[in-house]
Amino acid sequence: MKFVLALAALAALAALSGCASIGNVQPWEKGTLARSEMTFKDGTLFNRYDDHIYTSREASSGGAGVGGGGCGCN
Amino acid sequence: MTLKMMMLAALLAASSAQALEKGAPAPQFDLPGLDGAIKLAKLQGKVVYVDFWASWCGPCRQSFPWMNEMQSRYGAKGLQIIGVNVDAKTDDARQFLVTTPARFAIAFDPQGATPRSYGIKGMPSSVLIGPDGKVLLEHFGFREADRAELESKIQSALGGVK
Repeated sequence: MKFVLALAALAALAALSGCASIGNVQPWEKGTLARSEMTFKDGTLFNRYDDHIYTSREASSGGAGVGGGGCGCN
Repeated sequence: MTLKMMMLAALLAASSAQALEKGAPAPQFDLPGLDGAIKLAKLQGKVVYVDFWASWCGPCRQSFPWMNEMQSRYGAKGLQIIGVNVDAKTDDARQFLVTTPARFAIAFDPQGATPRSYGIKGMPSSVLIGPDGKVLLEHFGFREADRAELESKIQSALGGVK
């Protein structure tokens, strides 16, 4: 029983520390992070849907990227 | 308040200490390259422009035509450009070079020891090294607007080559 508890505690500790054990990712190690799959948006269809819903719900457009400034003029 | 300021100053000083300082001797490297080993010590007497690049870095791709131009324009006057690739997989770099040819020396450092010793903070980064082996300039990023300034720095560095 004690052993199981200790094991559970160890597992919890490992889970808590998460990716912190990896340490700082150096600028030259960001090859994987630079892949397009690593972005929150896929940049095409999903992105447009998302923007469309946001625009109609919030009654405002722009500000989501470099293009619009949120001035309501486009 | 003063304590906070002092702590901030200390933090800033600590972070800048890792980066290269102007006039400091450039860290040596000896790396495998596309055409044989590339050793910085062998290039003493030349103006060396070391560029750290990766296949996944967009601005790096943009900087290649410019570096080709610089190498062809100032190579005879004593400039040597070295592109140090930091891809973990060297094959990615070789593929990149097929579509984006480099007409300057290419070295491979998949372990990242060289960017570490140079204290690189972003990609791409470049370091201009004078004929005496000392750091003249450290530059982060590559934007269209940087071209002219970097070229004038290279020109003035070459002015010191006899």
